Amino acid sequence: MQHAGTDVAERATVIVHDLMELEGPLLPILHSIQHEFGYVPSETLPVIAEALNLSNAEVHGVVTFYHDYRSHPAGRHVLKICQAEACQSMGSDHVAAKIKQLLGIGFHETTRDGAVTLEPVYCLGLCACAPAAMLDGEPIGRLNDEALEEISAAVRL
Amino acid sequence: MGLIHEIDYGTPASKSEKQVTLTVDGFEVTVAEGTSIMRASMEAGIAIPKLCATDMVDAFGSCRLCLVEIEGRNGTPSSCTTPVMPGMVVKTQTSRLKDIRRGVMELYISDHPLDCLTCAANGDCELQDMAGAVGLRDVRYGYEGENHVRAKADGAENFRWMPKDESNPYFTYDPSKCIVCSRCVRACEEVQGTFALTIEGRGFGSRVSPGMHQPFMESECVSCGACVQACPTATLTEKSVIAIGQPEHSVVTTCAYCGVGCSFKAEMRGDELVRMVPWKDGKANRGHSCVKGRFAYGYATHKDRILNPMVREKVTDPWREVSWDEAFSHIASEFRRIQYQYGKNAIGGITSSRCTNEETYLVQKLIRQGFRNNNVDTCARVCHSPTGYGLGQTYGTSAGTQDFDSVEEADVIMVIGANPSAGHPVFASRMKKRIRQGAKLIVLDPRETETVNSVHARADFHLPLKPGTNVAVVTALAHVIVTEGLFDEKFIRERCDWSEFEDWAAFVAEPRNSPEEIEKLCGVPAEKIRGAARLYARGGNGAIYYGLGVTEHSQGSTTVMAIANLAMATGNIGRRGVGVNPLRGQNNVQGSCDMGSFPHELPGYRHVTGDAVRDIYEALWNVKLDTEPGLRIPNMLDAAVEGTFRGIYIQGEDILQSDPDTKHVAAGLAAMECVVVHDLFLNETANYAHVFLPGSTFLEKDGTFTNAERRINRVRKVMAPKNGYADWEVTQLLAQAMGLDWNYAHPSEIMDEVAKTTPSFANVSYALLEQKGSVQWPCNEQAPDGTPIMHVGGFVRGRGKFIRTEYVATDEKTGPRFPLLLTTGRILSQYNVGAQTRRTANVLWHAEDRLEIHPHDAEQRGIRDGDWIKLQSRAGETALRALVTERVAAGVVYTTFHHPDTQANVITTDYSDWATNCPEYKVTAVQVSPSNGPSQWQEDYEEQASQSRRIEGRLEAAE
Repeated sequence: MQHAGTDVAERATVIVHDLMELEGPLLPILHSIQHEFGYVPSETLPVIAEALNLSNAEVHGVVTFYHDYRSHPAGRHVLKICQAEACQSMGSDHVAAKIKQLLGIGFHETTRDGAVTLEPVYCLGLCACAPAAMLDGEPIGRLNDEALEEISAAVRL
Repeated sequence: MGLIHEIDYGTPASKSEKQVTLTVDGFEVTVAEGTSIMRASMEAGIAIPKLCATDMVDAFGSCRLCLVEIEGRNGTPSSCTTPVMPGMVVKTQTSRLKDIRRGVMELYISDHPLDCLTCAANGDCELQDMAGAVGLRDVRYGYEGENHVRAKADGAENFRWMPKDESNPYFTYDPSKCIVCSRCVRACEEVQGTFALTIEGRGFGSRVSPGMHQPFMESECVSCGACVQACPTATLTEKSVIAIGQPEHSVVTTCAYCGVGCSFKAEMRGDELVRMVPWKDGKANRGHSCVKGRFAYGYATHKDRILNPMVREKVTDPWREVSWDEAFSHIASEFRRIQYQYGKNAIGGITSSRCTNEETYLVQKLIRQGFRNNNVDTCARVCHSPTGYGLGQTYGTSAGTQDFDSVEEADVIMVIGANPSAGHPVFASRMKKRIRQGAKLIVLDPRETETVNSVHARADFHLPLKPGTNVAVVTALAHVIVTEGLFDEKFIRERCDWSEFEDWAAFVAEPRNSPEEIEKLCGVPAEKIRGAARLYARGGNGAIYYGLGVTEHSQGSTTVMAIANLAMATGNIGRRGVGVNPLRGQNNVQGSCDMGSFPHELPGYRHVTGDAVRDIYEALWNVKLDTEPGLRIPNMLDAAVEGTFRGIYIQGEDILQSDPDTKHVAAGLAAMECVVVHDLFLNETANYAHVFLPGSTFLEKDGTFTNAERRINRVRKVMAPKNGYADWEVTQLLAQAMGLDWNYAHPSEIMDEVAKTTPSFANVSYALLEQKGSVQWPCNEQAPDGTPIMHVGGFVRGRGKFIRTEYVATDEKTGPRFPLLLTTGRILSQYNVGAQTRRTANVLWHAEDRLEIHPHDAEQRGIRDGDWIKLQSRAGETALRALVTERVAAGVVYTTFHHPDTQANVITTDYSDWATNCPEYKVTAVQVSPSNGPSQWQEDYEEQASQSRRIEGRLEAAE
């Protein structure tokens, strides 16, 4: 994932020029950058700003507004535990505590082996199957300790 | 006196002409349609509590403090975002509203420090005021929870807390005091147009972020101060307020930097200046400012300022401090001796574009009445003299046609040879605001300047022409307009001479003036020229703004006429949103020209050969005036070298640094027997002076400045002159020493004399300025309130005159020895020769002049970014450091001239405008080669300068 700064800027320039003609191109560009690099490297922000005739500050404001844009690379897997109201009422506090203990990390942290990043999320639309989570984009419902242990083992493989 | 309190109406005024009547708290109010309830209520005298609203920016509705109840509507809408409706009945104070507001304030205060007594904003804090206004007595949430206020919480680091950012020299950013109202972010976007600030994160994590979470100095911030002015708390605070405390009285005055002429409140504590705050009623700036006017006033109290008159026999002697009387009698006897020995015309003077109209008037009067000749000139010689000539010939007046407000109605803005983002920043902000609303921008400039490429206001057409080809390109634009039939025949037939138009049209339509032919000369693709011409001619209101990139050429006057032709041909003259507008460089360069500073013109641009005009002055001054035009600055220097010109009185101008061909200027000055320099500092010219008269700053005197839109603004004294006398008093005392009977007790009496003798100023008086704030000349019986827009209904000269503009390439050509073209310009943070801004913290932005060079040219010569290079022309050589950038085209190099040790004018040549002698600063053929450091000339110069600045009985004055 580590690249020389100029390389990052060059790859970002290609992405920006592919997408800049879209209407409202900033979010698609940021998605594509995150897809390319696994996060939104800060050195890509001025590249985007210059191409879209925005200020660096404006791009920074947008990137930091959305939790999904990362400022650092994530682990190989990303596990999001729902912490919204419905899941809370079905015990998501316990789910969070349990998975933190199993993985040995807190929210917004990545295990030292780089296997998994743990994040809170506020509603996955899976309230009927609460408590819920999402692993690498796949929703998982009706979490219990057993399921959490399985997840914890699977992500470390 | 007291502080001038400006009412904050909360939201901007509506421009609608339709009126709406509503009731607020039982009072009927009638306001323009589109006005917010908040503003309507304030106009009725009822202040609705608010935090995120201020009338410099659009309503935002985030603070939830300004809620009101409206009869027949549900809920409690925010008054800032709700427009008025006919018959609306609004209540601003009910028990429900009181509870909501108190609850909102509790939340704000629960995350705000309670250090009001020691806070810099104490006495000027809207948060404090609102806590008082809503009757906040308790904060039920306590202060212990998550917060941004304390560095540590329970002994652990508080990750939400951020330290104070003190990187900017003029203001601090303390995030712990921020209530995230976004006023600073919106001011930066809407007022200044830089977009350097944002809100990062979301929810409770939201914080104001300069750039990408950077310190202010590393961000895109240009330090205009709009955010500081907008901040309702101590989050953004001037360092001077932190150091001194709150001001206790204020005086409205006019900035002494560029030709925009911004109005400021000088906020004082005693005779100490606490801060300069842009005045919302200022018609040039409408409450905005730039880094120079807002913050860079420290030179007024800089230790380098000379406060006592000084005399010396030879320029190699150290200076000797003397009394004012001794200085005046020395000058008087020297000038009389020189005139006796070498003739009446052996002395002369230079008026200053930095001084007031009244002071300028006195200096030319001293020369005409006292010296009995017309040897008076001014620095406009080296900047906008072609404007005076060109617009005078075509339209009949020597000034811009519009007021700055006019830009708000422009649809296509063409900027030629100017970089307002750096040179005229407050106008640039107003222009960019209009561009963000949809106006189009065309820029003619060899460089890709900030104006070409600014955020949300990028130029639709940038024509990067080769320096020196202005006339060709503007004529090519006219070619397209004529050959494609885009001209305004009705306008031309009504207001201009049709046969002259036909002659001109036939000339521009010649194939050799087509974009395709001109492309070969100027390097701009023909399609771009065609596109720009079509846009200007057919895009709606077309407004042209131009700068020194037009005038400082051997064909400067021709370009001005070409521009004037373009506007006439398309009918873009004589109404709002259009026009031809020179962006004048100095605060009072318009005024100094108006006041008769030219050797051939008496005040009001009336030629000295006119008997009727001379009669007016001869009757009043009791002398016979010289009927022959006097010497221009370059002629004075030539005559000095020849031995026929021996003495000069220079008020507030540094000709050695600012005029072309430094070596020639130095030789001229060195040949004179009595050089009198009247300035704040021992400037470069003073190295060759025999008498130094200390000057006063704009803060220390009364008077008027006239800005680029012909607006006469008051300058008001806020402190006593540190040197003892205002500049007009010094000139008067000198005149008295020379035997003239002058007895002006106040500058207003000088203005009365101007009004009495000059038709275009006939109605101007200090009483009128007091009443109106400012007026734009012509101000006389026909236009008692002044003239915002010129040539309405017809041209001043009668019919607009089309003049053929044949392109003649400058003699300054590149060749094997000097293959590159040097052009010059300036930068936002520094002003002109830098005498003032170099003596402020503005040097943090621009500590030295650099030579911008294209990577291709740099590589050919083995030059890397930051290397010392030698810059050579046929006139001389100097050394400075390189800045490798693609902003300049290959074959073109660029530098600024703000620092005396760079001596960019050693390089510039003696070529000048054919009509007015305005020097050709913008084109010099040069060679660039690697170097080890400063040139021999620079080292010799430095040695001579430091020798020359010695003052007897003092340690060496350090520059």
